Amino acid sequence: MKKIYVQEEWCLRCRLCEYVCAFANSGYEDMSAALKDKPINPLINVEENGKISYAVSCRHCDEPSCVKSCISGAISKIDGVIRIDRDKCVGCFTCVLSCPYGAVMAGPGGAAMKCELCINNGVGSPMCVKYCPNRAIILK
Amino acid sequence: MNYVIIGNSIAAVGGIEGIRRADKQGAITVISAEPHHVYSRPLISYLLEGKTDLQRIKYRPDNFYETNGCAVKRGIRAVKIDKEAKKVTLENGESVGYDKLLIAGGARPFIPRISGLEKYGYHTFMTLDDALKIEKKIENTPNARVLILGAGLIGLKCAEAVHKKAKEITVADMADRILPSILDAESAGIIQRHLESYGIKFMLSAAVDLDKAQFDILCVCTGVIPETEIAKDAGLEVGRGIVIDARAMTSADDIYAAGDCTESYSVVTQKRGAVPILPNAYAQGETAGINMAGGDAEYDKAMPINAIGFFGKHILTAGVYEGTEYKRLSQGSVRKLFMENNALKGFIFIDDFKKAGIYSALIREKNDLSGLDADMLLSGDIGLKAYSKEERDKILRK
Repeated sequence: MKKIYVQEEWCLRCRLCEYVCAFANSGYEDMSAALKDKPINPLINVEENGKISYAVSCRHCDEPSCVKSCISGAISKIDGVIRIDRDKCVGCFTCVLSCPYGAVMAGPGGAAMKCELCINNGVGSPMCVKYCPNRAIILK
Repeated sequence: MNYVIIGNSIAAVGGIEGIRRADKQGAITVISAEPHHVYSRPLISYLLEGKTDLQRIKYRPDNFYETNGCAVKRGIRAVKIDKEAKKVTLENGESVGYDKLLIAGGARPFIPRISGLEKYGYHTFMTLDDALKIEKKIENTPNARVLILGAGLIGLKCAEAVHKKAKEITVADMADRILPSILDAESAGIIQRHLESYGIKFMLSAAVDLDKAQFDILCVCTGVIPETEIAKDAGLEVGRGIVIDARAMTSADDIYAAGDCTESYSVVTQKRGAVPILPNAYAQGETAGINMAGGDAEYDKAMPINAIGFFGKHILTAGVYEGTEYKRLSQGSVRKLFMENNALKGFIFIDDFKKAGIYSALIREKNDLSGLDADMLLSGDIGLKAYSKEERDKILRK
């Protein structure tokens, strides 16, 4: 399975990836309804560190501590992609406490959320990759 | 290869999945005292509260045992281990031979000596059946007054779980504050006031007199003790828990142990002790399983981490609260860090817990944080800059 990689030398810190990600995972069909004047819940975060910036999202680890720590058995790795069964998740956030990259977050509605490569949200392929204006986020 | 696992909870699942990483063929027999499919114990409060159900409480899918080639003996206890003959005796006299054995028998509720307990009758709150019994009792008791002994994690989750069904809930504890295992006094006060705002009453710093207390249902939630008898009787080294090394091996050849029944040395806490939390049970079970199947795994980084919520308020904690305290409190949210010699030792986050896992990793790996200022650490804007450039590049390229 392909993964998302970031190339920090190309990141413009525009945060467009955060907006398209939050929109893709919002359940709304209209971008304004999803994002305007609302707290947004992107599953990718642009981090700034001095002169450089880079977007961080789930690394789909080989030894995933979120999967091993989940108290509900709601997180599993399926075909290389770590996915959360949000119906099974009880929102304790042990996964948030366990991910060493800060890539799992509390989603709206009380369940945990993380990047699932836009497989499970009706989009099909990662929006952050598609809309990054400088191709700093790639899928390979 | 013939694997036998005593127990059928999280450590046992870790064991099964660990074995199957290295050995797809060997026979696995699971001896389960409870009759159920493997379920998540911490979810019994969500079940009682109506936030999960008997299907979703299952920790692994219905076909889990089948997929992993496990034979499960349900509703029967293992009572004896003969380490010379390499066999386990069950309570019906049946004996089960093993090449490699995993003891994952968990813990049982600790029942304090309080006069009147037997007379009034009491519930415990550890198993699925415990939760179903409380549910039934409360449904048959109109305007139920519930008295919970123990203001720890189990007692307070029990209180939250029965909140909608009971008329009155009182939590009593000898200690002067709630949740002493995960919170400092100040944070405990914040959570206590939050619970009181939902009508839960507290009787702290006091021994409860059952003859004077007013209640219809009594729940004893005063902690757990590791199940060690079967190991002790077999001559294994046992402290408070069954002693295991980093490979999850006991003092006896071919016998491993994992989860709440064990104690081990942790390089993080630099202590030998029990870390009875679910992630630890899985990790130890998996480590044991890999080693039982001839692989090579070590787990010596157990440390306390805990994520729990009450009525929508979330508490995420890790490590120990030693050293200098840095804190930021605002409108019910808490961020506290405990630092010593430029390293993070522990934290308490309430409601504001962004990127908490990075902080857990910093405690576990004992990173030198001298290059980062405390305000930034407190803010949650920490991100991967907590790591060295080299480490960060590795993370982003993995």
